Amino acid sequence: MDIIFTGLLLGGTYALIATGLNLQYGMARIMNLANGETLVAGGFGAFWFWTSSQVSPLLTIFVVAPLAFALNWLIYVVVLRPLVKRAKSRGQLEVDAILTTFGLSFVGVGVMLALFGGDYFSYSYLAQPVQFIGETYGLNRVVAFAAAVLLCGALWIWLYRSRAGMSVRAIAVSPDSARLVGIDVPSLSARAFALGGAVTAVGGALVSSFLTLDASTGVIFTLKALIIVIMGGVGDIRGTILAAVLLGILETFVATLIDPGLTLAAAYLLFILILLLRPQGLLGRART
Amino acid sequence: MTRLLTGTALAALFAAGGALAQETLTIGAVGPKTGPLAGGAAVTYWPNVQLWANDVNEAGGLQVGDTSYMVEIVEYDDQTNPAQTIAAVQRLATQDEADFILPPYSTGLNLAAAPIYDRYGYPQVTSTANTGNVEDLSAQFPNLYITLGAASGMVGGLIDVMTELREAGEIGNTVAMVNVADAFGIELAEEARPLFEEAGFEIVYDSSYPLGTQDLSPVMQGAADANPDSFVAFSYPPDTFALTEQAIIENLDVGVFYTAVATAFPSYQERFGESANGVMGIGGVNADDPEFQDYAARHEEVTGQAPDSWASAMVYSTFQIYQQAIEGAGTIDREAVAEYIANNSFDTVIGPIEWDENNNNPAYWTVGQWQDGVFRGIASTGREGEVDPIVKSGWE
Repeated sequence: MDIIFTGLLLGGTYALIATGLNLQYGMARIMNLANGETLVAGGFGAFWFWTSSQVSPLLTIFVVAPLAFALNWLIYVVVLRPLVKRAKSRGQLEVDAILTTFGLSFVGVGVMLALFGGDYFSYSYLAQPVQFIGETYGLNRVVAFAAAVLLCGALWIWLYRSRAGMSVRAIAVSPDSARLVGIDVPSLSARAFALGGAVTAVGGALVSSFLTLDASTGVIFTLKALIIVIMGGVGDIRGTILAAVLLGILETFVATLIDPGLTLAAAYLLFILILLLRPQGLLGRART
Repeated sequence: MTRLLTGTALAALFAAGGALAQETLTIGAVGPKTGPLAGGAAVTYWPNVQLWANDVNEAGGLQVGDTSYMVEIVEYDDQTNPAQTIAAVQRLATQDEADFILPPYSTGLNLAAAPIYDRYGYPQVTSTANTGNVEDLSAQFPNLYITLGAASGMVGGLIDVMTELREAGEIGNTVAMVNVADAFGIELAEEARPLFEEAGFEIVYDSSYPLGTQDLSPVMQGAADANPDSFVAFSYPPDTFALTEQAIIENLDVGVFYTAVATAFPSYQERFGESANGVMGIGGVNADDPEFQDYAARHEEVTGQAPDSWASAMVYSTFQIYQQAIEGAGTIDREAVAEYIANNSFDTVIGPIEWDENNNNPAYWTVGQWQDGVFRGIASTGREGEVDPIVKSGWE
């Protein structure tokens, strides 16, 4: 029982880390390797507001989200749109996007180093115990989990119950046909990418209350997010959530009952198994 | 008349120039600005490079005979990647023609670069390397110096402190021990297992976790379930913070709570406040030594941040060794300076440094403890100013 709850909390953290990348990769078709830098920037925002004026990270996200949205929109329009325009196939776009965002990730690290310095962003927020069925959990993790549920729920409702959401799903499935039914693909892609960035930055602000970040830790989160997105199925938000929770429970299970040293091995084993048995991801559609 | 005056002025200027020739010494510095160790280097390494250059130049440069040399620092980011450290040292030696190269940051990067320092004839007085096999290293690289101590001394110091507390009846003999699965954590844990047993401690929980683990709550729960009297973690900065936070959440009731790297960082105290009281960590300083206090004040003034209470002062001390050796040898010839380093002892901000037969500084801090907001050394292998340890009592 204890394992399931701890695992769920970790799964919530993973969902926060990965959902934004899924929007960017699945919907806007940009494999964004600079995703982790956005997360760290969001975390820094929370750190800065908390240490300078004791503003709770739960409020900071309302500042961080629009900023990240604007910045990511700008990055898409200036840097990535030319790639989308000239790409003859999805494969070519993927290669170009990976190379470009790989470069962007270095730019991101450099800019953050210059602005914030290389020190750890370490602060204590809601590091209090919560009792639940006889076990203790960190309140900050519980809050982050609740935020993850709210955020993912809202995204899910938006994507599956609104007209705009349906359009976004349409461009994820087939950008060429989406244009035929009157969807403004370039502008919607830009917004989907920007939304992904905003979600990632919010995730960063929330996880920074219990993870210690510094300017160059972004790549760790990019990798984790990548694994989760691929496991869940590219372009499917439900798959990402499922994969995040699955990974969280598996890692906690291994850490508690076998050995904490084997969590990484177990995570990658699960990744390989899913790639072998369901290469399109848990809930992904096979590409035709 | 005017002409003559100009002439005399010029002559005077030349004369002054002859007596006080001022030149520039190029000093290389290689360390992580990005990558996994960048956060540690940003606290312990880079601010000291800045402070030292500032101190030397403000004092009018290094006095070598009747020439004064201002220092100019050339910095490289090695991305916490040994291959990049090697490439950067090579570049400093061949392209930038650096007169001296300060030691890199961390055990792994120092050892990786040792052959290159050796090949180009640069003395390497390390400040952030902890290693066991000093004999082999000094035989292989005669200009390699270790100042921060050996893993065995670090672990030995901790076990001595714990034994003392146990004999005073303050703690029991069960220990939960965890380590980060990385060269540093593994080496210390391997040293610790037999030493704990020898000292009569029983290890009731023993586990490792991968570097960069996002959730350490299963580790802390496992440790808490074993109900230990003491908790010991050979940890790196992000996990030092995470383990402490989990211990507070679990309300881990132990008499000794020890975490390794970053426990002595000012940000540890800032983050945990009162809860940090009684936490033990690797390293230490003599916090009451006016020499150290003066250094800490200058550090804060020049770099805008406080030094940590362990390796920061050691990093600055090794830079002082370069400085004193260049001035003492009276030349910037590397061979002569290297010889001066080998044959002399040095007076630094952590106190005197002398070498043993393996170019090793035998007197170093091993364990420190947060006591009322100050991280104080409680055990060393021959430093002055050790204070008595206190027992950890709760997390409030």
